[in-house]
Amino acid sequence: MSLLQLENLSVTFGNFRAVDNISYKVEEGEVLGIVGESGSGKSVSSLSIMGLIDFPGKVSADQLTFDGQDLQAMPEKQRRKLTGSDIAMIFQDPMTSLNPCFTVGYQIIEALKTHQGGSKKELKTRAIELLKQVGIPAPESRLDNYPHQLSGGMSQRVMIAMSIACDPRLLIADEPTTALDVTIQAQIIDLLIELQRKKQMGLVLITHDLALVAEVAHRVIVMYAGQIVESGPASEVFSTPRHPYTQALLASLPESAAGKARLKALPGVVPGQYDRPLGCLLSPRCPYATDHCRKVEPANQGDLDRQVKCHTPLDREGRPAA
Amino acid sequence: MSQFNTSSDSQLILKAENLKQHYHVKQGLFKPDAVVKAVDGISFNLEKGKTLAVVGESGCGKSTLGRMLTMIETPTGGKLAHLGEDLLTLSADAQAKLRQKIQIIFQNPYGSLNPRKKIGAILEEPLVINTKLSKAERKEKALAIMAKVGLKAEHYERYPHMFSGGQRQRIAIARGLMLDPNVIVADEPVSALDVSVQAQVLNLMMDLQKEFGLSYVFISHDLSVVEHIADDVMVMYLGKVVEQGTREQLFENPKHPYTLALLSSTPQLSPDKRRVRIKLQGELPSPLNPPSGCAFHGRCSYANERCKTETPLLRLDDQAEQEKGHMIACHAVEENRIENIAVGAA
Repeated sequence: MSLLQLENLSVTFGNFRAVDNISYKVEEGEVLGIVGESGSGKSVSSLSIMGLIDFPGKVSADQLTFDGQDLQAMPEKQRRKLTGSDIAMIFQDPMTSLNPCFTVGYQIIEALKTHQGGSKKELKTRAIELLKQVGIPAPESRLDNYPHQLSGGMSQRVMIAMSIACDPRLLIADEPTTALDVTIQAQIIDLLIELQRKKQMGLVLITHDLALVAEVAHRVIVMYAGQIVESGPASEVFSTPRHPYTQALLASLPESAAGKARLKALPGVVPGQYDRPLGCLLSPRCPYATDHCRKVEPANQGDLDRQVKCHTPLDREGRPAA
Repeated sequence: MSQFNTSSDSQLILKAENLKQHYHVKQGLFKPDAVVKAVDGISFNLEKGKTLAVVGESGCGKSTLGRMLTMIETPTGGKLAHLGEDLLTLSADAQAKLRQKIQIIFQNPYGSLNPRKKIGAILEEPLVINTKLSKAERKEKALAIMAKVGLKAEHYERYPHMFSGGQRQRIAIARGLMLDPNVIVADEPVSALDVSVQAQVLNLMMDLQKEFGLSYVFISHDLSVVEHIADDVMVMYLGKVVEQGTREQLFENPKHPYTLALLSSTPQLSPDKRRVRIKLQGELPSPLNPPSGCAFHGRCSYANERCKTETPLLRLDDQAEQEKGHMIACHAVEENRIENIAVGAA
């Protein structure tokens, strides 16, 4: 049984489908990378797993189960117990995700108190232990610090300490290093992967940094305008992409171009709420689009292990199938 | 640009010598002011049509450098010359004239455009202030530049909120081009953009460089972008240059431990390009209270006693003849204490 299983999950805001029928699963001890540009629905889909989509947003799914328990059917109180303890999340901007009015220690202990309880002294020792685990020097003195006294990397470490406080089995990290410098990013990613291995957590790593996902993820999902366009083992997706969008994304990275050559940029931008094309959503930007693509939405091809949503998936040479 | 057609290709556009920006910070009523050395002695030459990339983590002074080059701030020390004319000793009038030739593009295209002005007004503002062109001439010029950066004529009457991030950055680039500059200082121009849009903007910048013979000072923390666009690279750490050289020297034969760490921390798509990860402990120290000696010694695995007390000077790497112009500020490199570990696959 998979740790997390989604089937046909959609999130709608009024008439706008931010997430459009996505299905995936996360196994225990697996690192799943979700990549996509801004507006592709990667954050909204993870918020919906956490149950953090507020009115007027609506979540619907054929299946949304965590460890065999149906998240949609269970009472609100029971779900609240799961989120924050068994399923935890790290948000993008550590500077704004911490409450500036309370000390770091108070905020970590708050999470522990809600889910596990214990005496004041026990909670404090546990908080110190957590800060030590995420590599914060002199954790005893850091407990009394306010978020503004910490640097970006330190704040993100505190966020991680908070999210692993209750030994989650699934950790969702939404752009955990986007706001940080490269050397700090390397530190934080190493820390996350080390914790993930030690605790055998499932880790969902949401990012727009393709190279980062290529380095750490086992499987990868590529999202475009709310849909999953391609998924599969990370090494396969990056070496032989089957969807034109994945191919274009990889080609537009500066490191794929030799010297000062022009980059192969995909023209246009991700369609917004009011300019969704008919048929395949990529068709206005896709170099291989045919009339068929512009009229009929492609179905998913392949099984959950290697999926592509395209009428003419690319072959090993990167050319569309006839 | 016509005034440059007669000159040779290797014309020196911008020359900085020992440029400094020190800020005084009040510590309290009875304490003496502290000095923050945001930029501390930077020298470089920028030639026509070339790109100088400035790399470093946040807080290393790269944006301050950009602000000094455009004379938004006056340097507290050093020399800055544009086409041989010293920018710092000129009269205010002459400075204003020269300032037109050095323009800046800011990082965040959502913050750098006035939301209450139409694109036309945004683009024409530099002309209104600096030239005596008539209204019709200004519009003609704005439309011409808009076409150059890939904006349509109908965008002239629109407001910034109607554009996506990539298009806004195009507008910001167009605004930078309005006064026919020689140098464009681009302060993290693509870091707020998605990869596919980032590629469009980088392509545009390279096309414009070819067409107008522009020189760029490209400030960035993204090494893969820098490797793509730069001719020369300068790596900064806490206000000082730690390594300086051509792109080939920096990326194929990096020497300074900090450059090695930066390169190894950058994620790589292809497995054979990945380097042995050099773990850096800790974070950038506070510029208010910089470490003694080499500013990097607290995070460096090669640091010894000398590094803790003596500040290394930027000196030429004299290992080989082909390494000409490759400058490094490190005792460990000088003393040959670094074995060749970081180059090659993981």
